[in-house]
Amino acid sequence: GSTNSDGTFSIQNVPSGSHTLVMSFVGYTTKRLPINVTAGQNTAVAGLSMSENTTLLNEAVVVGYGVQRRQDVTGSIATVQAKDFVPGQVTNPEQLVQGKIAGVNITTGGGAPGAATTIRIRGGSSLNANNDPLFVVDGVPVDKGGISGASNPLSLINPNDIESVTVLKDASALAIYGNRASNGVVLITTKRGVQGEKFTVNFSSQTSVSRPFRTYEVLGADEFRSLIQANGSASQVATLGTANTDWQDEIFRTATTLDNNISLSGNLGKVPFRVSYGNLYQEGIVITNKLKRNTGAISLSPVVLDGHLRIDVNAKGTQLENRFIDNGAIGGALFYDPTQPVRSAESQFTPFGGYYQYLTPTGVPLTLAPGNPVAALRNTNNISDVQRFIGNVQLDYKFHFLPELRANLNLATDLSRGSGSSTSSVTDFGNFNSTATNVNQNGRYSQYKQDKDMRLLEFYLAYNKQLGENTKFDVQAGYSYQDFETQGPLYLPYRFDRTTLFTLGQTQTVTGYYDPFRLISYFGRANFTVKDRYLLTATLRNDNTSRFGEDNRSGYFPAIGLGWRLKGEEFLANNTTITELKLRAGYGTTGQQEIGGPFDYLPRYVTGRSTVQYQFGVDANGNPIFVTALRPSGYNNDLKWETTTTYNVGLDWGIFDNRLSGTVDVYQRESNDLLANVFVPAGGLANQLNRNIGSLRNRGVEVALNASPVRSDDFTWDLNFNVAYNKTKITDLGPQQENFPGYLVEGIPGGTGTTVQINSVGFPNNAYYVYQQVYGENGRPLEGIYVDRNGDGTVNEQDLYRYKQRAPLATFGLSTNFAYKKFSLNAVLRANTGNYVYNSLAGNLANFANANTSTGFVGNLPVGIRDTGFRTQQVLSDYYVENGSFIRGENITLGYNVGKIFREGSNLRLTAAVQNVFLITKYKGLDPEIFNGVDNNFYPRSRTFTFGVNASF
Amino acid sequence: CNDLDLEPKYETTPDRVYVDLNGYRSVLAKVYGGFAVTGLGSDDNGASGGGDVGGIDEGTSDYIRQLWSAQTLSTDEAILAWGDAGVRDWHNMNWTASNPLIRGLYYRIYYEIAVANEFIRESSDDKLNSRLSGNDIATVKRYRAEARFLRAVAYMHVLDLYGGGPFVVETDPAGAFTPPYRNRQQLFEYVESELLALSNDADFAEPKTNEYGRVDKAAAWSMLSRLYLNAGVYTGTPRFNDAATFAKRVIDVPGFALSSAPAGRVASAYGRLFLADNNTSPARDEIIWPVTFDANNTRSFGGTTFLVNGSTSPSNASWKAKNGMPQGGWGGMRATKNLVNLFGADTARDTRGRFWTQGQSLEINDIGNFNEGFGVVKFRNVTSTGTALGGSQSQSSVDFPMIRLAEVMLNYAEAVSRGGSGDATLALSYVNRIRRRAYGVPLTTPNPTVDLAALSTDALLNERGRELFWEGFRRTDLIRYNRFVDAYLWPWKGGVAAGRNVEAFRTLYPLPASDLTVNPNLKQNPGY
Repeated sequence: GSTNSDGTFSIQNVPSGSHTLVMSFVGYTTKRLPINVTAGQNTAVAGLSMSENTTLLNEAVVVGYGVQRRQDVTGSIATVQAKDFVPGQVTNPEQLVQGKIAGVNITTGGGAPGAATTIRIRGGSSLNANNDPLFVVDGVPVDKGGISGASNPLSLINPNDIESVTVLKDASALAIYGNRASNGVVLITTKRGVQGEKFTVNFSSQTSVSRPFRTYEVLGADEFRSLIQANGSASQVATLGTANTDWQDEIFRTATTLDNNISLSGNLGKVPFRVSYGNLYQEGIVITNKLKRNTGAISLSPVVLDGHLRIDVNAKGTQLENRFIDNGAIGGALFYDPTQPVRSAESQFTPFGGYYQYLTPTGVPLTLAPGNPVAALRNTNNISDVQRFIGNVQLDYKFHFLPELRANLNLATDLSRGSGSSTSSVTDFGNFNSTATNVNQNGRYSQYKQDKDMRLLEFYLAYNKQLGENTKFDVQAGYSYQDFETQGPLYLPYRFDRTTLFTLGQTQTVTGYYDPFRLISYFGRANFTVKDRYLLTATLRNDNTSRFGEDNRSGYFPAIGLGWRLKGEEFLANNTTITELKLRAGYGTTGQQEIGGPFDYLPRYVTGRSTVQYQFGVDANGNPIFVTALRPSGYNNDLKWETTTTYNVGLDWGIFDNRLSGTVDVYQRESNDLLANVFVPAGGLANQLNRNIGSLRNRGVEVALNASPVRSDDFTWDLNFNVAYNKTKITDLGPQQENFPGYLVEGIPGGTGTTVQINSVGFPNNAYYVYQQVYGENGRPLEGIYVDRNGDGTVNEQDLYRYKQRAPLATFGLSTNFAYKKFSLNAVLRANTGNYVYNSLAGNLANFANANTSTGFVGNLPVGIRDTGFRTQQVLSDYYVENGSFIRGENITLGYNVGKIFREGSNLRLTAAVQNVFLITKYKGLDPEIFNGVDNNFYPRSRTFTFGVNASF
Repeated sequence: CNDLDLEPKYETTPDRVYVDLNGYRSVLAKVYGGFAVTGLGSDDNGASGGGDVGGIDEGTSDYIRQLWSAQTLSTDEAILAWGDAGVRDWHNMNWTASNPLIRGLYYRIYYEIAVANEFIRESSDDKLNSRLSGNDIATVKRYRAEARFLRAVAYMHVLDLYGGGPFVVETDPAGAFTPPYRNRQQLFEYVESELLALSNDADFAEPKTNEYGRVDKAAAWSMLSRLYLNAGVYTGTPRFNDAATFAKRVIDVPGFALSSAPAGRVASAYGRLFLADNNTSPARDEIIWPVTFDANNTRSFGGTTFLVNGSTSPSNASWKAKNGMPQGGWGGMRATKNLVNLFGADTARDTRGRFWTQGQSLEINDIGNFNEGFGVVKFRNVTSTGTALGGSQSQSSVDFPMIRLAEVMLNYAEAVSRGGSGDATLALSYVNRIRRRAYGVPLTTPNPTVDLAALSTDALLNERGRELFWEGFRRTDLIRYNRFVDAYLWPWKGGVAAGRNVEAFRTLYPLPASDLTVNPNLKQNPGY
């Protein structure tokens, strides 16, 4: 039975005699109490309290297609419960566990509301294919891709509805998800009603204020003015204004966020339910940027047919509105001449909304001149409206005649509808049309729309059998069908008045896009637990994908996991120091097929737009006849599964009544038949194609440590520390010539086609590929002087060298939690080491040529110019590849539990939190935590102060 | 439920393309368009998006843009000092097998070959007979001959720029295939045999009988004259007799004529060859094969859009107006003083030597400064009535002359002056007609102040320099005259202000390291 929310319970129809009452709850140590029941009498049991079990060894762990006891798990699995989530202003689910799990590296895409987050579990297993983990929400593997109009698809799930986040890291845990599990699986379980629970209302409200906590350092107006006066040409000096504008002050602001959530849970008759509604209004720290989100969730979890049929119904709906900004305005605010005003009353600026702009004497925009960044933000309305619905019905039936056998049917859907538009007003500088006959032919209007439909049917049979007291096995076998469709129309860009950007009045036709794919899978798993000590898990999954040609569609992904619970052995059974000790080993393979388009294996022809037609002759009136071009696409009919083989050895331990516990995992992951976009021999219809080529290896160690140094009635102190080390190496990229350096990646500003990273054999992926800077005696870099590394007397691209890497080598997370009576104090710290960042803003802008490259305007410089004095851009100098190691004070939260209000069973809790408390780094730019390693127009992360109220009654 | 054969909705499969003449005509538009545009045009600007060629910026991957760069920026005709990866290597003459532009040009050429192969593969006699009927079969056979011609031209560019290279034809598989290597001699023989076959192919259009924009036998003869003129460089065996024979055959086609009427105050008779309406007479009577561009319907960031914008200052309104790009101008290419000096004292009278000098210096001290070096006013996006066509998108409608009569006339003159059999008096008269047109005097009236008195090969190199500058001939010409790597210097040749001699192997570009990596059959050129 279960308790109600005030903790009382009763058990009916217990036969007389002596019994053991067992009380257990997820996350707490199970209590056993001997009782004697006398026939015909009520037996009262003394008040019992359960202590928290920080090692969570007995907790039920959500695994793929089922639940296991933590102590029976053979794979590498980490779980974070709601009580341990990162507090404060958390608007996206992945932020709940940032820094909490070893080997799970979560990098937000900057400070914009709803910005895309990159999640890497144990590094990336692929070079070009999708490296995102698979998210499974309440048993529904959701779409991996993004949704038009929402930068981060996870932002469509309200973190307030989440009960726990479980991460599956090694193959023995993952292989059951075969096809899309190569980069780990994140299982999200949402909150639900509990049988017998009293009706409860929970209300939470958070108000946050965000500020930019650092700004880019650029020259001030006076310093810049004297620089141009001293070095600029007469025409450049003439462009200087008299204002003193801090453009960053103009575009950044103090932003407010309101996050309100209400949930109702309880039982409707015998049906446990939970209903929730959330409303989020989040402003970005850049003017005009904001996000609004409404979320609703319903879950019903009745158990019928005498407990034989469990029904789980989940429905989650979200509606999100976003107003984006063009991050170019951030770079623009650095670059724009600080001697110019934001606005001007002069009549020439009237067509531009009164904003100062660089104009020619005839009043039209100066070609190549940057736009006023404030005007660019104010004149552009880039909005989106996205809806997402995730729903499933899961039926779990225990057969009446054979309760050990279960049948489970899961029907699910994940639907999103994204649409949006971007309107540049007629006063917009960048879309000013000097040939327009009326003002409404200025500006710009473009739109997009996307429908994503996922449908899932999964069915499995599971049989479990207890053999004697401590030995059991369970086996299951299932089928999965998952169908994805992404589609939408394509629209043409228009002027403000909705005339086409092309010849006015010319009709343009465009079609649409359609990206379907389908996966059909069969899976099976067997678990054996012998004497509670020897554990074996074996899984096999067969996946079939529509992305490959008929002969290559099928992939088999087996895995095996072994566990030895040493604590259960006699020699440790009575050891009071060691309270838990388990050794795990796993081996298995997973698959990858998400690369490129859905039809990459198929010969296809694509129609070119009407702007790339070709003239064949003239018509009767002598006008040219243009013929639409039909292009044969390159294709690869040999595409097949990429596979990742993982070896993992782990140790779970706990001592001193589990006051100190932890896990250590060592792993190697090897991806073969790597799906990569590579050069193919010239002479075919494409010179780069997705092919199965090469191999990639990740090796690493993860350590997680939990400690409870103080545990008393009034005062508890918990510590959680994790560290992960991961080293990636490309071991093969197909046949290689000695002088072929590798595949250049990550374009940077400062030259079309200029890249700063490389993928080459023997090195980590995304190593920087730069020139080695030579320094003068005074320690300053010498402009344009690089080391002739191959010694051939000349410095050219053969002297580029691989230097450092973008991914961190080690990541650290530290969480601590003090609770004293009604007060609590939480803190989360994170650190990365070994990650290097290319300071693109400095590389691109911190040179004198940038200040006065044109005759019509001048541009400001980052202060980095003082250290280099570079006259022209030196974008490929390793000088700009900087150590990005950092320690970040992610969050400090102070809580006060007021306790009951109005009546028993109610509770009020107040919190105050600061996010982004501090950042310690040598990096000279704003923030080194940038996933792709190129710091360009990065939307700064803010410092946020949050005040929260949580009431339940 | 178990069906994994999904079908595209907006793309089509080959079995649905080649069902009627329209399907063939649209694929042919891609074979031709491969010289002009760079992809599907799916970006908002309609000029880029869905690029054909990977490993290079799409706008930069344009055929004409890269061919022009390889032939012009490596010589005395122009300097371009953008910071984009690989751009400065052209003039510095220090390129390597990893240069992204040399790689991009190579893949663009081979892409053209692949698309032509695909068209030819799908229009075999058997396939045509089973898919089409009547006149449509004959029409597609004519298309097929044109695709063969375009493929031969692409191989001729391989032969000229890279020497040898991979060799793939329509009988090779369309999917994964690693082509064999053919050396320069073998490619020469192949191109020659294709062009000769087309010269006598009943399917190939007779001169002046095809639609505007498409090619005919005169184009094949012109290419043969160009091929034979350079045969000594390509194979070691000069073929000046053949060069003269095929040039003469083109010159004698009724209807081809030098453009000799100026366009009022807008352009000289020479200048209007490079205007936005050069698809009309008299320019079209001289242009034998135009690669067509149109500001609305044939867009790219290469071709003449690149040539016009790249040679115009963004911050000089009158310069932009002159070139018909009121909102354009990329501030890129300028002439070295050697090109300007080629016109000597005649700069004022020779209408070909038109430079933008206002605000520009003749000398180049800082190659990164667009104000150093005269601007070239040649390709202009205005019509002969003076209307600018650039619009807000700054796209060009100037068709690029791949072959024009004046070149063929100069080919004839040079072949004869180098000992090829032909009429030396006639040859001299061709050169003088070209000169008289340039000076704006009657074409057929001898003019002692304008005419050359006699043919000399050196004089012909200079004449080609004046007549054909910035049309993509210079590198080949300098190599033929042994003045590309040494014996002749120009500003910043080899990356030094005064110019320097460079290594002899620079007469050929390297095969890109990326293709050598994946195709073990290939052989790198010496020196790289």
